[in-house]
Amino acid sequence: MEMGWKTEVDVCVVGAGHAGCEAALACARLGLETVIFTVSIDSIALMPCNPNIGGTSKGHLVRELDALGGEMGKNIDKTFIQSKMLNASKGPAVHSLRAQADKADYSRAMRKVLENQDHLTIKQAEVCELLWEEPDNGSDSGEKKKRIIGVKTFTGAVYECKAVVLCTGTYLRARCLCGEAITYTGPNGLQAANHLTDSLKKMGIEMRRFKTGTPARMDKRSLDFTKMEEQKGDERIIPFSFSTDPETIQKDQVSCYLTYTNEKTHKIIRANLDRSPIYAGIIEGTGPRYCPSIEDKVVKFADKERHQVFIEPEGLHTNEMYVSGMSSSLPEDVQIAMYRTVPGLEHCKIVRNAYAIEYDCINARQLKPSLEFREVDGLFSGGQFNGSSGYEEAAAQGLVAGVNAAMKILGREPLIMDRSESYIGVLIDDLVTKDNREPYRMMTSRAEYRLLLRQDNADLRLRRRGYEIGLVTEKQYQEVLEKERLIKGEIERLKSVKVGTNHVIQDFLKKMNSAPLKTAVSLSELICRPELDYEKIAEIDPSRTPLPSEIIEQVEIEIKYEGYIARQMRQVEQYRKMEKKKIPENLDYDEVPSLRLEARQKLKLFRPISVGQASRISGVSPADVSVLLVYLEHYNNSRK
Amino acid sequence: MRMETETIAAIATGMTEAGIGIVRVSGDDAMNAVDSIFKFSGEKKQLSKQLSSVRSHTIHHGYIVDENEEILDEVMVTVMKAPNSYTGENTVEINCHGGPFVLRRVLEEVLKKNVRLAEPGEFTKRAFLNGKMDLSRAEAVMDLIQSRNEWARKASVKQLRGSLAEIIKRERSEIINEIAFIESALDDPENYSLVGYPEKLFGKVENWEKEIKQLIDSADCGRLLKEGIDTVILGKPNVGKSSLLNLMTGEDRAIVTEMAGTTRDVLQESVLLHGISLNLMDTAGIRSTEDAVEKIGVKKARNLAKNADLILYVVDVSVPLDENDREILSLISSENTILLLNKSDLNAMVEEKDIREMIAEANLPQGDHICVIKTCTLNHTGMEELEQKILEMFFLGKIRNDDEVTITNLRHKEALEDVCFSFNNVKKSIEDQLPEDFFSIDLMGAYATLGTVIGEEVGEDLVNEIFSKFCMGK
Repeated sequence: MEMGWKTEVDVCVVGAGHAGCEAALACARLGLETVIFTVSIDSIALMPCNPNIGGTSKGHLVRELDALGGEMGKNIDKTFIQSKMLNASKGPAVHSLRAQADKADYSRAMRKVLENQDHLTIKQAEVCELLWEEPDNGSDSGEKKKRIIGVKTFTGAVYECKAVVLCTGTYLRARCLCGEAITYTGPNGLQAANHLTDSLKKMGIEMRRFKTGTPARMDKRSLDFTKMEEQKGDERIIPFSFSTDPETIQKDQVSCYLTYTNEKTHKIIRANLDRSPIYAGIIEGTGPRYCPSIEDKVVKFADKERHQVFIEPEGLHTNEMYVSGMSSSLPEDVQIAMYRTVPGLEHCKIVRNAYAIEYDCINARQLKPSLEFREVDGLFSGGQFNGSSGYEEAAAQGLVAGVNAAMKILGREPLIMDRSESYIGVLIDDLVTKDNREPYRMMTSRAEYRLLLRQDNADLRLRRRGYEIGLVTEKQYQEVLEKERLIKGEIERLKSVKVGTNHVIQDFLKKMNSAPLKTAVSLSELICRPELDYEKIAEIDPSRTPLPSEIIEQVEIEIKYEGYIARQMRQVEQYRKMEKKKIPENLDYDEVPSLRLEARQKLKLFRPISVGQASRISGVSPADVSVLLVYLEHYNNSRK
Repeated sequence: MRMETETIAAIATGMTEAGIGIVRVSGDDAMNAVDSIFKFSGEKKQLSKQLSSVRSHTIHHGYIVDENEEILDEVMVTVMKAPNSYTGENTVEINCHGGPFVLRRVLEEVLKKNVRLAEPGEFTKRAFLNGKMDLSRAEAVMDLIQSRNEWARKASVKQLRGSLAEIIKRERSEIINEIAFIESALDDPENYSLVGYPEKLFGKVENWEKEIKQLIDSADCGRLLKEGIDTVILGKPNVGKSSLLNLMTGEDRAIVTEMAGTTRDVLQESVLLHGISLNLMDTAGIRSTEDAVEKIGVKKARNLAKNADLILYVVDVSVPLDENDREILSLISSENTILLLNKSDLNAMVEEKDIREMIAEANLPQGDHICVIKTCTLNHTGMEELEQKILEMFFLGKIRNDDEVTITNLRHKEALEDVCFSFNNVKKSIEDQLPEDFFSIDLMGAYATLGTVIGEEVGEDLVNEIFSKFCMGK
């Protein structure tokens, strides 16, 4: 047996991308000795694809992460160069914050946080092997699981630990494709991790292969922005983090630019499809449908005459521009030809070519909702390794995986959020319950209770959770309690203050083009009218006391959408009842009579933790769920 | 996922034509729900008494009324309070006497009171989950749930006529397409705009709603219950059609003379037969005629026959069959016709075999199944047999002697009404100028509910639709 350096810690986090950073920070902040491994210190919190954080539904994830005590929101508040609230004209549930990041700054700022975090060590090394104990059949506990005991690096060093969090992103056996040219590297030419997959397979973990892609980066000086539409940031910047004072982040912003592909572009692509590794069948991994390469867009949406292309800065101190909407794995010569057909890009110089990347990951149905492997005690995972995509999705899982590794070591209850609590809950439930066949991206339409899961109330929803875990300070928690109190008080006031049919009121309503009153109504009833709102009725509400804008926002949403919100709350109530019906981890589905064959197979594969989760597995019918309920009743009673 | 604690109801006895049956209501709100449709007999009690305040295990006499306070049936109501009932929950059993259709009407009224239709085997499931049943029976309960469910599913599919399923499938695909568009615009707002969209959607929703309402109305059962069975009396002049109508309605509504061609227009009258109403239509006798007014009457009769649920074809056995009978045969089908050999007191020129021969010649599909009855309107014979046949046709034929089938049918109706409710919500949201993301909440509700009618789940439909129809992402 080879000898190497050996040390002992609590948690090993493998990978220092967006998931790894959150996982490591969570563990260290909860007082556990933590090591975070990365193949390159310079790639901590790297943004190898789009230069922004947030966006529709992803903005929600960042807010929730922040409310729980994560770092991403704070980090983007420090390093953004443009900010926009998307869907501002639509309902509050779909408002989504998105900020352009200075990529280098973002990475550097996060590295600084990691470097200065107590109990956290950064280690540049490739983890090649996981160390585990086989189940001890003689033990009385009946526990027949493998147990993680450490990791081993390429240089032979052994880190003994109580838990491992895998956040390997797109690095496992990574392969980059640019037409016929194939390199065996991770993103941005970084070293791939080629050994860990074998170790995972040896443990009995099932691996799969996904792919994703990124567009070219261009030299700003070679682009003609006069031929594009300028896209500015919002005038009033709203921070991601609930801890960031908005006044401190108002600053000059840089613009993005919008241009379009055209028939010429599409013609070049079509003529060269045979040279695309995807269409030539060289790529074996499954790519995402929501983030198609420009080749895919042209083939699948052949009737579309043009596609949007956003030109976005990669940072303040670089001339590199990101060509959003045109990711590709076509050969370099085709890339140049096609990009140059786009208005404003006629003379573009490509700094980095577009490429597709293939990598090993897992089917997350092997995980419990705590993100711990069902079959390996102490092994957790998060991020793209779990089959998701996106920085925000990764960070959210990283935090949950990290927290739960800590909870396990500390002997506390795992952090499991359900679909009615957070987008993070939806994300993880989808990952571990559904048969995902492509990299998973968050969307607001995936959240059935999205009216309740707004980005504006993430603190009200989750600060308590973060506080209980220990990642949110007493002060932050008290602030939320105070906020709750103010909102409740103001809503009660607006519901109790009535206005009558006197001239003052009727004249006011006439002025606002609002129907006159027939009988006295409460102020909240007036706010409900589409043409009125909290601010507009100020002049007929003299008893009001000035309130912070975030309180007014909540009051207004709760009043205006009360009916819908109440309806969703009722649905949530029903939903939670089924979530509360837990299924024992070692339930033998072969013992459950009357289950249909398909349901039995699926249940054995996914091993849901609750009847609610079981009901969401495709192939499990309502009758199967009823059968399961009856069986569990029988099971529980006969064990009393 | 349907929930455990909702109050549920179903017909707890088989749908036999015996006439007596029980509607069982179980759940927290069982008493309240029935209270709102139950009137105690006796004026004093009506004012002071409520089922929710009576003692457990007591029986009460009274009436079930609909929302217009019309009495549906005289009933005995048994109240059993939790946990001392079959299911272990608050339970009310309504013992009805008015026959299968009244039973269904009573159930329908209950379902309007925030009560939902029980799933197959659900009473038993609840009984088990509430500890009212020995653990050793768990397996039997699971079998029952699964087998009943399979049965209901098959029955449901069988019952859905092709066209109904087609309409629902098409409408569903249209709905999901709109949701996908809205969601794409919410997901990629810089790419898809919703400006001017709400107005467009409003029109679409109105059309969908109209279509579903038509489905509800045309769904055999729903319509038959609400509007009754359209029954057309056909026959040559002076065979006794009007006498039949008078006999069935019990009043001299139609003018009966011995002169052929007296009924020139259509007479209509409703009668109640074991709880279901027959809309009887007496028509002008069918014959080649030169009389202009009579001609119109004959034409009308033909049209009515085309849309009838039931045709009573009256033949005068004292007059030989002729061309006009052949003409009438071309208007009927074997499924909806009862043939009456009338004036059976007179010397018969026509026997059952004669008319059967003619039917065979006319090549009527399954003509040998046509039911033939001998009647005499003059001395009222054959009337009982006629009523019996009608009942068989509609109670035991179309709506078979099987509670699960009836239940599935009602389930469809309940679902379609839910869908209309969702459409209404969408329209209201549009009128109230709510943001577009609110529309997809109720559209999705309609989509999912329509899916339950044709046995399709929602699953990943939306995400798949978004990706297949809209070019998403950067």
